[in-house]
Amino acid sequence: MIRFFKPAVHILCSVPFFLLISDWLNDALTANPIQYLTLTTGKTALILLTLSISVTPIMFLTGKRFLNPARKLLGLYAASYATLHFSVFVGLDYFFDWELIKDAIFEKPYVLVGFSAFTILSLMAITSTKGWKRRLKKKWKPLHRFVYLSAFLVTLHYIWLVKSDIREPLVYGTIMGIFLLLRIPVIKNVITKFKNRNNSAQTAEV
Amino acid sequence: MVKISSSEITPEEVYLDRRKFMKGLGAIAAVGLISPSSVLPKNFSGGEELTSFKSITHYNNFYEFSTDKEEVAELSEALTTSPWAVEVTGLVEKPGKFSVDDLKSRYTQEERIYRLRCVEGWSMVIPWTGFPVASLLKDVQPTPKAKFVKMTTLMRPSEMKGQKSWWYEWPYVEGLRLDEAMNNLTLFATGLYGKDLPNQNGAPIRLVVPWKYGFKSIKSIVKIELVEEMPTSLWMKAAPSEYGFYSNVNPEVPHPRWSQKTERRIGEFRRRRTLMFNGYEEEVSSLYTGMDLKKLF
Repeated sequence: MIRFFKPAVHILCSVPFFLLISDWLNDALTANPIQYLTLTTGKTALILLTLSISVTPIMFLTGKRFLNPARKLLGLYAASYATLHFSVFVGLDYFFDWELIKDAIFEKPYVLVGFSAFTILSLMAITSTKGWKRRLKKKWKPLHRFVYLSAFLVTLHYIWLVKSDIREPLVYGTIMGIFLLLRIPVIKNVITKFKNRNNSAQTAEV
Repeated sequence: MVKISSSEITPEEVYLDRRKFMKGLGAIAAVGLISPSSVLPKNFSGGEELTSFKSITHYNNFYEFSTDKEEVAELSEALTTSPWAVEVTGLVEKPGKFSVDDLKSRYTQEERIYRLRCVEGWSMVIPWTGFPVASLLKDVQPTPKAKFVKMTTLMRPSEMKGQKSWWYEWPYVEGLRLDEAMNNLTLFATGLYGKDLPNQNGAPIRLVVPWKYGFKSIKSIVKIELVEEMPTSLWMKAAPSEYGFYSNVNPEVPHPRWSQKTERRIGEFRRRRTLMFNGYEEEVSSLYTGMDLKKLF
């Protein structure tokens, strides 16, 4: 089972991309294809980012160490979909019209917020290699903690986009918030104590 | 590169350019879809190419059914549109209930080609059939106290599943100032592309106010009320700081969260700049003389 874990992650993460290709071939990109591409790639990036953030807390709660590689993989796929999302925005939606892009950015900041999140994700993707990990030494971990800032910015970016009903972006934001809480040492200690007590109780029963 | 879908429905090709368009209308009239005497196409779109029938009928914001624009066409099949009565009430001398058939025979049906600009930043060019709101209002005779027209959509959650969502305060309500409603451009539409209005586009009767963002053009109307005070629309209640009563298309007044300077015409690749009053400045700007449109958005 564990042997197939990494390939399974690769396959699952590619599904949204191939669905888009299939939509394109079947002329099913809706009446507003560019907006559809933007929304789909953006949402996929957000879901994969949420999943990537979930790996460490889930490992901590369940003790299943084999999940570990998924964190980096999911993060890299999230960054790839974010790159697609950004490219669609600049290359298709605004067709490299910097004048219009400037208006879109400075009139309302949702583009700027999204771009900041994208920059963080890109930096993390670039420095995710073993070489960079060695080079950055003790700085690597704090740098990669910025993923939580990026998650917050992405949620804000999404909330600012919807017309009124912000329930869906709030769901993603809340999930990521809970995973962040699980990383806080005090909370971690409480959970560890609780787990240990349960374990010893079970042992006592035996 | 993105392939833009093109509909294969005949009327779309018929409507492609003005010359063919006139010929097409003749053909439609000949088969009796609209009576020949009423065929008076008024093109208020500057001769721009019409959006395909498929896009107009499969990309709809109609939250009574779904917030997913792709889903509305299918879900709206559940709506019963006949019989249908529109109640005209409030500050009028001659209130009454009218069936849609009654309204269609009473008022000359006209073709009106209008641009439609959605607040979300996309737009279409749509050939409506309908009659001026002013015609009906003149007949019911608003009293001198009447200042606004309040309109309400059907409330029927059994057929309109979206009305079960507690996020919005149903039924949908919209309103116009009386002089806006009396403007020559303001239309009650009962059809598009020479056919009866499809359910997803607001059957059997809807408002069309082409110089305002699309959400002002309320669909599936059951009640028209002449009132003294400015009505509060569903969107004004949902987000008062973002959606004002007027909601005129205005590239200089951004939505609080996104720019309104540009739009994408459905079926086109490049964005285009949004025009003041959606390009109907000549017809409507006098309605707003002396008003600060940044404050009264």
